[in-house]
Amino acid sequence: MRKTLLSVCNVGMRFGGLVALSDVSFDVQEGSIHSVIGPNGAGKTTVFNCITQNLRPTSGEVWFGDERIDGLKPDGVAARGISRTYQNIRLFRNITAIENLLVGMHLHLRSNWWGAVLNTPFTRADERAAHDEALELLQFVGLRGRGDVLARNLAYGEQRRLEIGRALATRPRLLLLDEPTAGMNPRETSEMMAFVERVRARYEITLLLIEHQMRVVMSMSDRVTVLDHGTKIAEGRPAEVQRDPAVIAAYLGTAAAAHAVPA
Amino acid sequence: MRRIGIGRTGAWVTWRRTALVGLAFGAGALHLAAVGVLLMLHQRWIVIDTLSLGQATVLLLAAGAGAMAARGDGSRWLQGALGGVCAVLPLALLSRAMDALTLQPIFIALSPDLQAMLTLGLPPAAATPALLALGAVAGLVGAGLRAAPRLSRALLPGAVAVLVAGVFQELIQLMLQQYEGPIGAVRDFVYTWEGLTQEGAITVFLVVTLLAQLFGRATQGRVAAMEPARRRQIWAGIALAVIVVLPAVAGSYIGQVLMLVGLYILMGIGLNLEVGLAGLLDLGFVAFFAVGAYTTALLTADAPNALMHLPYWAAMPVSVLLAVCVGVLFGLPVLGVRGDYLAVATMGLGEIVRVIVLSDFGAPLLGGAQGVLHIPKPQLGSYTLSSPVALFYLTLVAAAIAAFIAWRLENSRLGRAWMALRDDEDVAQALGINLVRSKLLAYGLGAAFAGLAGSIFATMLSSVYPSSFQLLISINVLALIIVGGMGSLPGVILGSVVLIGLPELLREFGEYRYLFYGAVLVVMMRLRPEGLWPSDVRQRELHAGDETAALDAGADLLPARE
Ligand SMILES: Nc1ncnc2c1ncn2[C@@H]1O[C@H](COP(=O)(O)OP(=O)(O)O)[C@@H](O)[C@H]1O
Ligand SMILES: [Mg+2]
Repeated sequence: MRKTLLSVCNVGMRFGGLVALSDVSFDVQEGSIHSVIGPNGAGKTTVFNCITQNLRPTSGEVWFGDERIDGLKPDGVAARGISRTYQNIRLFRNITAIENLLVGMHLHLRSNWWGAVLNTPFTRADERAAHDEALELLQFVGLRGRGDVLARNLAYGEQRRLEIGRALATRPRLLLLDEPTAGMNPRETSEMMAFVERVRARYEITLLLIEHQMRVVMSMSDRVTVLDHGTKIAEGRPAEVQRDPAVIAAYLGTAAAAHAVPA
Repeated sequence: MRRIGIGRTGAWVTWRRTALVGLAFGAGALHLAAVGVLLMLHQRWIVIDTLSLGQATVLLLAAGAGAMAARGDGSRWLQGALGGVCAVLPLALLSRAMDALTLQPIFIALSPDLQAMLTLGLPPAAATPALLALGAVAGLVGAGLRAAPRLSRALLPGAVAVLVAGVFQELIQLMLQQYEGPIGAVRDFVYTWEGLTQEGAITVFLVVTLLAQLFGRATQGRVAAMEPARRRQIWAGIALAVIVVLPAVAGSYIGQVLMLVGLYILMGIGLNLEVGLAGLLDLGFVAFFAVGAYTTALLTADAPNALMHLPYWAAMPVSVLLAVCVGVLFGLPVLGVRGDYLAVATMGLGEIVRVIVLSDFGAPLLGGAQGVLHIPKPQLGSYTLSSPVALFYLTLVAAAIAAFIAWRLENSRLGRAWMALRDDEDVAQALGINLVRSKLLAYGLGAAFAGLAGSIFATMLSSVYPSSFQLLISINVLALIIVGGMGSLPGVILGSVVLIGLPELLREFGEYRYLFYGAVLVVMMRLRPEGLWPSDVRQRELHAGDETAALDAGADLLPARE
């Protein structure tokens, strides 16, 4: 039996009168790929925000390992080993690709500002190690040679991969990917899926994935949680979820319905 | 609408455009006349008894109109002449109107003196045609220069030299005045105390044109072959050398101006950490400057309310330290405030500091509106840094150290955290950056530089008053950063020279110089919103001289395949 890495317990989130999440619970097993799916506006991104504490959940608890993380600051959550990407790419647009990765390494660098001013041997060693690691990551995300390009000048696919690289730079145990294939054509989608597989194989991390393309979800996930209108309507292995009448109903009339109904 | 025929409509459009361009310049000239600038400029000779600054302005406007109007489609010369005429037409009409009506009660600047200028001393009947003819000639010259770019490039250096020599004549003469011998003789030949002499102007023009030709030939190829970055380095080196050497040879007035520039550079470097790197808009920056100044005053002054009588060098670090503390305190209440709101909140904090200094509550210590007097000058051994030039070098050293520190910070973990914060605060925090720490460090370190500037300011003036610490200083520092180029260190220096130095040098033009200042700001923001010297993209990946990577980079210059 594998260990539970992340546990979302009865989380609720309301914005004024709008209930974005109510009583959502699920567990993410260590080493698995866990997907969260659901129609637009179902509350998927809000779940992510509640895990990383970009939003403070209005009720419920979030546990990471055996530590309760709701109530921490986002930087505290990052320090414990959770990192994420965003549905609309949110790179630091006005610094270069490699600097984006170096910012991601912030947590692991130990040099402080006066060390930097005096350029102490410690700072230099620290920076050199960071630089090496950044180059390695740059290579891994397929951006070697593009490191000195401002992030905003990178192509769309490059930006997606760089954002994942930046998340990896924090050396997370759990990586949250919010629609990594959004806006991609089938070929790019396949490449991205292969890339995500490589990420998992190389860094041995747990993935929590929001996806809207059923093809991706069904082929990659170990487990799927389905949200609709802020509540969990199904959870299980992909094949089980796919047959669930509630899920089919939720997707009926949406574009995804065609994919959701088994061929 | 009835079409008269394509040819005629087309011609009509062209001519109308020509006239409108000319009239636009004419409107500018009219404006200058109505607000009194033109007459003031007219009272200054560039070349004695030949060309006043005011006349030069009108001619330049007409020539500019001619150049703009001469588009080359059709009859370029006619267009140039028409553009030039249209540029002086409003002035000619104004002159006529002044004959017919008494306009001076409405526009005080429309005086008989102005009329004398516009009529060129001729009787009214001859004056208008003469003015228009001058406009036409100037317009033709403009059109000609545009048609022959090589010729204009050859003439430009000489013309600019004459203009600069004329406009800054007082400064240059003050500079040259200290010298006897050959330099003194040259000055006597080129200048009288009112402006350039005719022979002088011609000589300056010829010499500079000749030198530009010789020098230009020799360096043209090499300069063109250089990378832009390298070219900029060379320019920066030359500028730096001039700044370092100039005060020593140019005397105390230039020293004073450059010292002010230096203080603003110091503050600019500090505010640049906050605004340029960390993205924290701060309009209360002057508060740190005030803290530095008052701390130095109270620790060193020979005044009853002084706390101690430390030597300057002991008071300076304390001032910086105290400024840092105030910076951190200042940052605390605005930690959660973002963007435009932050600007307003910090402005409020800055005003609070000024009001405290002015208040009765602080008066026993801080001296209220009278301030603190008798602040001693710094001592170096037995030498007292009392002259503006000596204090300028002190400022220069301080600015150099500040720039070095800022440069190191920019390329450090903290600097990257700041830039991340600037681009997206939430994402930065989600990557593990502690917002409180990073922001307070930005306020604290930024304040350190302002505190240092304040400390030097106090000893420079020998006294501090609350009225020296107005909101306008914060705004000036912010403006120079924006004009120089957000986040760019060379930009800070360039911005200070342009926004602080130039207006000081143009002091003889009184309040009018702010008219130019305003115009320059507007034009700058239209033409170069990224600033005069935007920050370079830092090259980190190829840093280690990794050759394969360099090759990869070369191969990958095209937008990557997706
Ligand atoms: N910060 C916010 N403030 C107010 N409403 C929000 C906020 N974030 C999300 N919502 C609302 O919550 C609901 C769920 O949004 P979201 O989680 O983004 O859905 P999705 O499943 O498409 O990612 C939507 O109705 C959205 O409008
Ligand atoms: Mg979403």
